Amino acid sequence: MIRRVLVLLTVFLFALIFCRLIGGYSELQELRPLALHYVMQGPAELGAPNIVTGILITYRGFDTLGEVAVLFMVAASVGVLLKNESTAGADAVDDDSDPRREAGEIVRTGKQVLLPMILTFGAYVIVNGHLSAGGGFQGGAIVASGGMMMMLARPGAALNVALLGVIESLAGVIYVWIGILGLVLAGGFLDARFLPRGEFGAFFSAGAIPLISALLGIKVGAELSVIIDRFRS
Amino acid sequence: MTTGLPVSTILLVTGFGLSLIGLWGMLTHRNILRIIIGFAVIDTGLHLVMVATGYIRGGTAPIIDAAMSKADAAHRAIDPIPSALVVTAIVIGLSVTAIMLSFAIRLYAAKKTLSIDAFAESKW
Repeated sequence: MIRRVLVLLTVFLFALIFCRLIGGYSELQELRPLALHYVMQGPAELGAPNIVTGILITYRGFDTLGEVAVLFMVAASVGVLLKNESTAGADAVDDDSDPRREAGEIVRTGKQVLLPMILTFGAYVIVNGHLSAGGGFQGGAIVASGGMMMMLARPGAALNVALLGVIESLAGVIYVWIGILGLVLAGGFLDARFLPRGEFGAFFSAGAIPLISALLGIKVGAELSVIIDRFRS
Repeated sequence: MTTGLPVSTILLVTGFGLSLIGLWGMLTHRNILRIIIGFAVIDTGLHLVMVATGYIRGGTAPIIDAAMSKADAAHRAIDPIPSALVVTAIVIGLSVTAIMLSFAIRLYAAKKTLSIDAFAESKW
């Protein structure tokens, strides 16, 4: 009982803080100076119509690199955490003699119909990140959801984790190389302007941003698939 | 379609409300999986709050195309920085959740239960 009261009190105090925050917040009428700079200069400097992608990949490219590193670390540590578990638990599964049930007809047929569409849509979102809403992370997540669907439809099939690991490492290495190329040929690390800017709004434009976006998409898609697969086994 | 309330206030109330629900869930439930779900709900609420702070009255997505010219962008685009930060935050939230879930699996393997009351060794 006393615990419940304490919880109630904590939540109430947080609610009080949040109410004060909401009450004191007034909606922005115009952009903050930094945002104004990004919105005005971003498209002209980078040639990318999607300003968010421009910020994510160029202005704050180093953040994104760190984020990808975090994702890699998570994939690795989930592997470490679940590794002993799966070898120790393998015997228990055998004892139970309860193999994974096959997926139902609806799931299997649905996979056949939907999987190409999901993967195509993921690729579309990845490569159009600089032109429209989308980008490497979002598209990578869509591709990984396709991978998850595949695992659901074929529970017995093994995912080629080694190949995905190689693909993902290669994408990461090329990403860093592109960053260094930016350092050598353009203004700084991960500066995407060493490739021609091209026509504004065209598919091949915005320097190296589409390239980095594609690499990010491949990396995130592969990494998330590996993480999902680790949880499955 | 005018409600009288600014859009960002609605978003802030929703986001903070979700965070409070998640906090409540985390503190009252004893099952580790439910605690993790509570964390995910807090996370989602805070993402909403972050996006809400970038909204500008009458603004639209900061993508320059036929509907919004470069000159228009200064007045009509929303603040792109919170949006870019939220993409990062979502990925980090996913990473933390994945790690927590794998710890939950390990804990279950150790004690064959997911109740947090069973793990009292590190309780002071």
